[in-house]
Order: sequence, then structure tokens, then C-alpha cells
Amino acid sequence: MGTPNNADALTGPVVTKELSEFLTANLGQELAPDDDYFTMGLVNSLFAMELVTFVERQYGIEVQVEDLDLDNFRSLGRLRDFVLAKTAHRGAAA
Amino acid sequence: MSSTARPAAADLDTLGADLARSLREDAAAWDAEGELPAEVRLAVAQAGLLAAELPRDHGGLGASPAQLGELCARLGGVCSSLRGLVTVQSMVAAALLRWGTAQQRERWLPGLARGELIAAFAATETEAGSDLAAVGTAVEEHGDELVVTGEKRWITFGEIADVFLVLGVSGTAGGRPAAVLVEGDRPGVVREPVRGQLGMRAAQLAHVRFDRVRVPRANAVAPAGFGLSHVVAGALDHGRFTVAWGCVGMAEACLREAAGHAVRRSQGGVALAEHQQVRSLLARAVVDSRAARELCLRAARLRERGEPDAIAETVAAKYAAAAAASSVAGNAVQVLGAAGCAPDSTVGRFYRDAKIMEIIEGSAQVCELHIADHLLRAHGHRQAPRPRPRAGQRPRGAQENGEAR
Repeated sequence: MGTPNNADALTGPVVTKELSEFLTANLGQELAPDDDYFTMGLVNSLFAMELVTFVERQYGIEVQVEDLDLDNFRSLGRLRDFVLAKTAHRGAAA
Repeated sequence: MSSTARPAAADLDTLGADLARSLREDAAAWDAEGELPAEVRLAVAQAGLLAAELPRDHGGLGASPAQLGELCARLGGVCSSLRGLVTVQSMVAAALLRWGTAQQRERWLPGLARGELIAAFAATETEAGSDLAAVGTAVEEHGDELVVTGEKRWITFGEIADVFLVLGVSGTAGGRPAAVLVEGDRPGVVREPVRGQLGMRAAQLAHVRFDRVRVPRANAVAPAGFGLSHVVAGALDHGRFTVAWGCVGMAEACLREAAGHAVRRSQGGVALAEHQQVRSLLARAVVDSRAARELCLRAARLRERGEPDAIAETVAAKYAAAAAASSVAGNAVQVLGAAGCAPDSTVGRFYRDAKIMEIIEGSAQVCELHIADHLLRAHGHRQAPRPRPRAGQRPRGAQENGEAR
């Protein structure tokens, strides 16, 4: 696991790679961007918490209660979009 | 007590140690009377120890996970019910801190931090224990209000709680899980105190009925469904961490009692400490206690760093520490013999309490499932599909909340 990536503007490919590494290490398989690991039966409520903890730590973001929509977390692609949206202001500021 | 008079977090360890020392002799009486005296509750509350991990700007002491853990070990080494008070208060506080709105934090956290409000976690029902997804308490929208109807069981400090965090199902969101704060003085809150249970006898347990209790919509915590599963799982994760450390304190207290007795007590001119079989019991108790403490410290470190694995490692720590408390207390009773069976025996009380620790916040068996899940998941294992609700049963939310308490 790398150091928290919270200084630079993030790019889609970088986030995809990091999220993919985390998911592969925790779910034991490579996932396509649209694979819904919740409906695939790969995860439980504890993993959902781990996922939130991971993106918070990795990207220095704070997941708020209004972000807790399954649609933000259900697949690699959705999660990447969520991280990019939460960190978009960094690119603008730079 | 003004917030400026609150101790620095660095003094927390001393504070916890002093408090534990001053209360140690009284705990047997609380157990016998089935009640934690109000003045004890107040003393702990005024010291800021009921939700010490809350940040200072919410009125807490900003305690680190390791400091909170050590505090729970000290209190757990005195009385499981006292530690239980810290557990339920900090579970609700943690849930609100993490997933409450800014207004909810402002409304509730200072009172919880100062102990002016005592909180209880109302999840368990007759048909919903380890499987909390089965809760049937209804949370229905009614104009500007929510109407809560259901019956909760075995609520720690339910007899005296000022506010309950109630887990139910939303009546208008397709039966999805919902959590709502219900003040204890609202019309329709009916408490039935429980006495004489196996352990945690001073924890003022109650079965609590919510009979069409109306609360403002602002009392709902997190949106129904996925968000809510985080509130409940997060509260239980926090609860497991404090229970685990409480168990470390219990095991270490039992070890001290057993060792002291083995040295002082002679039979037939031979100290118990000279018997190899007694040494064997003590040696196992030492190793179990130390192992439990190290797993709890490991969980504390991971929590401090915000590591995703902290959740699974907390389950492992709770599982090991509850087993250690149970086994060390059992060995201590064995070493103390009749003295360990006396009505006011500390090790006897911890022996009863330790069995409760193997059941609450995830029974040993549920913990094993989680620990194995965590391992197997990393190897690509799929969860077994959950059984479908039987005909006539309330539909469940898409998300699993299946945690034990």
C-alpha cells in the first residue's frame, strides 16, 4: 500500500491502478471497471467499511454521510469517479 | 464542570488509573445490588471519561485509540458494567461523530462528552440477535416526524439512558435499515428493567418498548440503506474495540488475584505456588493475557493509522481477548477455590462477566466467521448467498448488517 496520495491532482488512470491494486489484494481477483462486487457476492458490510477507510486514507478525503450511496462504491469505475469528484478541487487549485 | 477544567489527554492514563483505584473495592456491591450508583456514573462523566475519544471541539478529551483502550482495560479490571457504560456511550458518540450531520454533532456530542446525557444502543430484538438485518422495529414517516414502534431487548443501561440509538426498518423506503435517536423521556418509551442475569449485573439492562414514539425527522441518523449499514457496523466496530480492551483488564486483574493467592495461601505446609499444576494454570493465564493485550495494541495501532484492516483486526482482538478473559477468570477461580466462589469474589464475578464478553458485540462464533471471511475473501471466495426471507416476513435492505450484539 502506497503513501497517501493527497498532494497532487489525481488522474483517472492513476486512481484506477491504485484502487485496482487494493481490490485485487482484498478480493483475490482482478475486476473489470463495471464489475459490481456487491451483487457478485464478493463483499460484506465489513468490507464496505474497509473500502471507505481505504479511500479516505489513500486520498486524504473525508467521506461524508451524504456520500454513503452504494452507487459510489459498487464498482471500480464508480469508485474511481467518486474519488476524482472528491479530489477535483485540488487540480483546480494547483 | 467547565470544559476548560477538563484534563489533557496526556493525563488520561493517570486519571483512569486513579479512578480505577478509588472504585475497585466497591464493584462487588454494585454487582450484588444490580446497579451502578448514580454518583459513580457522575464521577466518571465529570472526569470526561464516558466519551474520551471525542475531539476537543466536541467537548471530548481527544484520546487516541490506545488511550481509550487502556482506559477500558482499567475500568474493565474494576467492573464490566462500568466499562459497559463507556462502551455504549462511546458507540453512540462514535456513530454520530462519524456519520451524523453537523447539526446532530452540535446537538448531541457535547452532552455525551460531558456525560450529561447517557446513551444506549438499541439494536437487539427477540428475533434479531447476531442477525441484525432481521430487526422489525418500524420507523415510519409521519409529516415532520418519525414514528418508532418496536421492542428492543437486553439494552445495556437501558433503564437509565437519556437517549437511545434505535435500529429499525424504514416503513417508506422498502423496509431498508434505519437508525434514529429517541430521547428516553418521549411518551411511549416503556422500560422493563432486567435483573439477575448471568453477568454485567450492574449494567442496568432493560427491555425497552417503543410504542408509537414520535421524534423529529432531524433525529434520523444517515439515509436508510447503504449509509445506515455503516452507522451500525461502525458503532459495533467501536464497541468491539472497547469490549476487547475491557477483557484485557479483566484477564490481568484475575491474573493478579490468582498469583497473589497462590503465593499467600498454604495447604499442608506447602504454598499453592509450589504446586506444578497451579503453576501450569498461572502460566497459561499469563500467556493468554499477554497475547490478548498485544492483539488489542495491534488493533489500536491500525485504528490510529486509519488502516482498512483495523476493522478485521479489531474483530480478532475482541475474539481473543474475550476468550482470554473467560479462560483466565476460570483458572483464577480454580486457584482461589472456595474463595473464588464467594459472593463478593472478584474473580467469580469476572468469571460470570467473561461469558457475557464471549457473546456481546459479536459472539465468538460470529467473530470466527468474520475472521475467516476476511482471510478467504482475499483469496477470491464469494459470500454464501443469504437465505431469502420467508413468506410474510418484512423485506430486508439490500445491504447486510449482520453483526452480533
